[in-house]
Amino acid sequence: MSAPGEFRFVSRDRRVREDRRFVAGRGRYVADIERPGMLHVALVHSPHPAARILSIESQAALALPGVRLVLTGEQLAAAVEPLMNGLDTPHVQRYPMAVGQARYAGEWVAAVVADTRAIAEDAAELVEVAYEPLPFVIDAEEAYTPQSTPVHEKHGSNVLLDRTFVWGEVEEHFAQSDHKLALRVTWGRNSTVPIETFGVVASWDPWSDTLDVWASIQMPKYADQIARALRLPGNGVRVHYDVDVGGSYGVKRGIKHTVLVGHLSRLLNRPVRLIEDRLENMRSGDAHGPDRIFDVEVAFNSDGVVNSMKMRALDNAGAYAGRAPFQLGKPIGAIVGPYRIKSVRYQAVSVTSNKAAQEAVRGFGQAPTNYAIESMMDRVAAHVGIDRLEVRRRNFIGADEFPYLIPSGTRYDSGDYHTVMDKVLAHVEWPALLAERDRLRATGMLAGIGVAACLEPSGGNSSFEPLLNEKNNTTTWMESVRINVDALGTVSVMIHTTSSGQGHETLASTVVGEALGLDPDKIRVVRPDSLASLPGNSPVGSRMAIMMGGAAHLAAGKLIDKCKAIAAHQFGCADEAVDYASGSVIERATGRTLAWADLVGVAHRNHHLLPDGMQPGLEATHIYQVPNASELPVDGRIQMYPCHSFEFHMTLVAIDPILGKVEFRRYVIGHDCGVVINPHIVKGMTLGGIAHGIGAALMEEFVYGEDGQMMSQTFMDYLLPSSHEMPHVEIVHHCTPSPLTVLGQKGSGESGYLGAPAAVSGAINDAVAPLGLRFEKLPIRLTKISDAVAAASPKQDRTL
Amino acid sequence: MSAPVTVELNVNGATRTADVEPRTTLLDCLRDEMKLTGAHAGCEHGVCGACTILLDGEPARACLMFAVQADGYRITTVEGLAPAPGELGIVQDAFCETHGMQCGYCTPAMVLTAHALLARNASPTREEIVEAISGNICRCTGYGQIIEAIEVAARRLAVSNAGVEGAP
Amino acid sequence: MKAAAFSYVRPSTLAEACAILRADEDARLIAGGQTLAPMMAMRLARPSQLVDIARLPELAGVADAGDALVFGAAVRQAEAERSPLVAARLPLLAKALPWVGHQPTRSRGTIGGSVANADPAAEIPLVLATLGGAVDFMTCDGPGHIAAQDFFAGPMMTALPADAVLTAVRFPVWSTPVGVGFHEISARRSDFAYVSAAAQASFDEDGVCIACTLGLGGAAAVPTRLESVALKLAGRRMTDAEIAEALEEAVAALEIMTDSYASPEYRRRVAKELGARALRDARDSAPGSRP
Repeated sequence: MSAPGEFRFVSRDRRVREDRRFVAGRGRYVADIERPGMLHVALVHSPHPAARILSIESQAALALPGVRLVLTGEQLAAAVEPLMNGLDTPHVQRYPMAVGQARYAGEWVAAVVADTRAIAEDAAELVEVAYEPLPFVIDAEEAYTPQSTPVHEKHGSNVLLDRTFVWGEVEEHFAQSDHKLALRVTWGRNSTVPIETFGVVASWDPWSDTLDVWASIQMPKYADQIARALRLPGNGVRVHYDVDVGGSYGVKRGIKHTVLVGHLSRLLNRPVRLIEDRLENMRSGDAHGPDRIFDVEVAFNSDGVVNSMKMRALDNAGAYAGRAPFQLGKPIGAIVGPYRIKSVRYQAVSVTSNKAAQEAVRGFGQAPTNYAIESMMDRVAAHVGIDRLEVRRRNFIGADEFPYLIPSGTRYDSGDYHTVMDKVLAHVEWPALLAERDRLRATGMLAGIGVAACLEPSGGNSSFEPLLNEKNNTTTWMESVRINVDALGTVSVMIHTTSSGQGHETLASTVVGEALGLDPDKIRVVRPDSLASLPGNSPVGSRMAIMMGGAAHLAAGKLIDKCKAIAAHQFGCADEAVDYASGSVIERATGRTLAWADLVGVAHRNHHLLPDGMQPGLEATHIYQVPNASELPVDGRIQMYPCHSFEFHMTLVAIDPILGKVEFRRYVIGHDCGVVINPHIVKGMTLGGIAHGIGAALMEEFVYGEDGQMMSQTFMDYLLPSSHEMPHVEIVHHCTPSPLTVLGQKGSGESGYLGAPAAVSGAINDAVAPLGLRFEKLPIRLTKISDAVAAASPKQDRTL
Repeated sequence: MSAPVTVELNVNGATRTADVEPRTTLLDCLRDEMKLTGAHAGCEHGVCGACTILLDGEPARACLMFAVQADGYRITTVEGLAPAPGELGIVQDAFCETHGMQCGYCTPAMVLTAHALLARNASPTREEIVEAISGNICRCTGYGQIIEAIEVAARRLAVSNAGVEGAP
Repeated sequence: MKAAAFSYVRPSTLAEACAILRADEDARLIAGGQTLAPMMAMRLARPSQLVDIARLPELAGVADAGDALVFGAAVRQAEAERSPLVAARLPLLAKALPWVGHQPTRSRGTIGGSVANADPAAEIPLVLATLGGAVDFMTCDGPGHIAAQDFFAGPMMTALPADAVLTAVRFPVWSTPVGVGFHEISARRSDFAYVSAAAQASFDEDGVCIACTLGLGGAAAVPTRLESVALKLAGRRMTDAEIAEALEEAVAALEIMTDSYASPEYRRRVAKELGARALRDARDSAPGSRP
């Protein structure tokens, strides 16, 4: 591991190589893929939150010129395997389209295939479905009660998961503590909502028995899942990874879409594509995020030191299980945040409801959990009457305590939380910021400062799977890189995933260039299709800097070893007597050098000059196991992710007390993700994450009405922050290298998002605290603020 | 379905024709018929701005216009911006310099919007940049590096004496 | 999200457009299309034919009629926004235009289209109502004219005959120098307004208000001019207290719109506040005012 200053390319101000094609409009997204004879799909949606499907009549639709097929959910289910459930819940069956019963408003009931998308939409309107409406449940707490109507009758209840973990002496710590308090906070259902909807093109070739797939995916084990569901051999599905994905941030999973389209392509022997339109994406793309109520009890001393925490997280998974319940599992790996909390009781409850199904969203449940923990810390501070910063300072794990084992079994790799916070305080000139808040207050504005100290667990593996499902014994979540040096001496690096803006080509070329001492700009990065790919798990869980970076670095190391062996053999010395530097191998004692061209020449052309038994060619592969992560859970404890980035948010907001509008006056984030590979990429991730967080805090929500209908289906109702709503963000850097990774790097793909909602909520609550108000549910809409302020001060005339 | 009609459009300085149904949006016509896939569909209801093109130099939503309405305008798409194959214009290069993007999906629209802004305002303030791009939603960047890119482009254009290349 | 099929016609004269509308009640006019196109994409609007009037010469241009600026219905919002004539003669409209949608929608959207669409939260209809303007229209039977207060009939509803082409929008220009104010609040800037307020005022040499007007958008089913406020404040200096008092009663009497975005209490409270801010801005920017 090197210190940042020692790098030639890593951490340097270097361009992101992917950007060239994007600014020229030459990205290649799934909607840009054209196959000869391609047909188009539109969907028929259930108008009811719950209804038995009595009949589906497609004659009128089929009569329309250009319509090729109408497929019902029942027909599809007869031909494919059910989609995978994360938990062991065999009676919560899920197929791409409703089978016999629709379970949420918008659910796919039938699919229409036609020559154009417009005709498919025309025909979808003509499919006549007879429904018998059924009772439905939208509210999670109601769904949790035994008397609620089960969304899946055979499952017997709406409870997918109800598991209580006790880590440490919780009751004892509660009994010993000076104070206890309880709070409830609610995280509204939102999502990352990429501007590109999900899309997939599938093309079945009956002469080679191959299904070719182009999709805007970010999904671990995607090809395997498609093959399994379609009853194809694993090597019968070829997923093309050279498709640019127009944003994902977790949600682009698309299994149901792909199984549907793959099946249609096989039925019709034609390429078939489904590009969700925005309405389909919002109401039936199954891409909503966590929807969670936290009940927290906390035990602490008069000095603000927190001893123990009891948390119940009740999550509304929606109509099907999928991987949603696991989003209650991943936060177990950072359940105490950056704090030295000695014991925890955690009850994770996931229930079905007649909302759209939930999918993985940036942070995989960590952002809501961080919001709950940080709300708790603010409440503790208020209760003991000690400054919020001081309370955090007293509870932070110390820089000298790493690796630090938290009660739930994860060992934090490294960190220096005190220093990051102090750097932010110095940057904002804390007394000046306080004075500015008070000055704003004196003008009649509401003004508040919010802080959030949050962890970003990174290097994603899937330890939550065996933890929550004992039938699952997965202990690896590997990533692979292959490096090939051709006979002309140029380097190609193979990566095995799609990318959705993370800059993996830049990442891989930078790391390989650094390791080999070669100009990254001259290194080509290639994405073989899934059939030519090595094992990998896609860019989830803030993992690629660690995992792809690790695999790339270690593969490069193997290549260097080979170069050294070739040269040492030529020099007649031991391998240990030579050094590799910038493409050449030098004998330490004599200074004799074998240059890159010669090394390549020997490897490619001179078998007689190779050491005995060495294979010709210059190629290296590394399949990298997640560091520090090979154990199955013991007693409900497990190492979740290996690395832990840290972010400290501080924001000053001003609120017009009558209008309720929140204006950001200052937004600062202290960020420590270890060694940064490309500063531009990390900066962008952080700012973008903060934008998502601000959206979640203030305006984004999938709202369901009492009639079970989703009311925010368009971008006029589901509000995404624009440039007007985003503050100018100041970033304060810190670097605590991870001891577990090849360069000291940690993850940053979820940064910003993990703390921004908590910080914004904290700022608003600081602003309204003088009125005795507190907001405990996100999003905090401006109308809500205004109404609450008016109710709290009915007599005051706060004309500004 | 209604009978196709022939539209004749001036796109990136060349006259292009296509046979489209009247209901075909300008966006779909550019993408599907003319294979200019740099304009992207994001919402198809006029909010996200990913489909932005320039009409007589002004940013417009290609999803909110039918192709049959678009004759007689000078239409500029992102494909019309690069000065030569493989060569970036100053604005495009500035976006690369600051990494004013991630997934690239909203990028062509942002670059065109920046062009239009800089064509009528050579030295915009930060507020003017924020206002100009506020109709284009980016989910990746939080806008910071996009704003920086436009600031960089404005400075470079000022010394290059070139004006905004490709813009009217 | 593809529109249902339709046929497209681009009449070369106004008379031709009127004849098409008379013959086919499912035909719809399109000019900028910034509201209609999304409705069609979602298939909430399904015209049999689209009658494109954007290039009709009869609907082009802004004319100064002395006591009013007369906008051809197809004048683009962006064109009005940049017009020196509008800036000089109709400062209230100039102030409101940047709030209309986004620049890319203003480059296509028209003045007439926004008025005909009659969104209660839209800015251009609000300015028209506030200034007490009028619209001109044409049918096969000949031209017609409707005053703003009779024109807006409800959310997205107008008194325009079904087969009429709105041809011009008349914004009165006061003969005395004016000050103006415009405020609105929405979830994000450029979203539809929960409440908006437009005000204009004129003062004599002694600082006494000769005339003033205040309109509220988003609060009620139609953009609404608060006549009682104008009456109360005329002849006064328009002090903050006088403004507050005038608004108190007027807003209390308003029939507030209800929807899921904002509570009626919010709208009423904010209507009062933004109304006051708009009036104060109008006063403070008017020559001669001395509250």
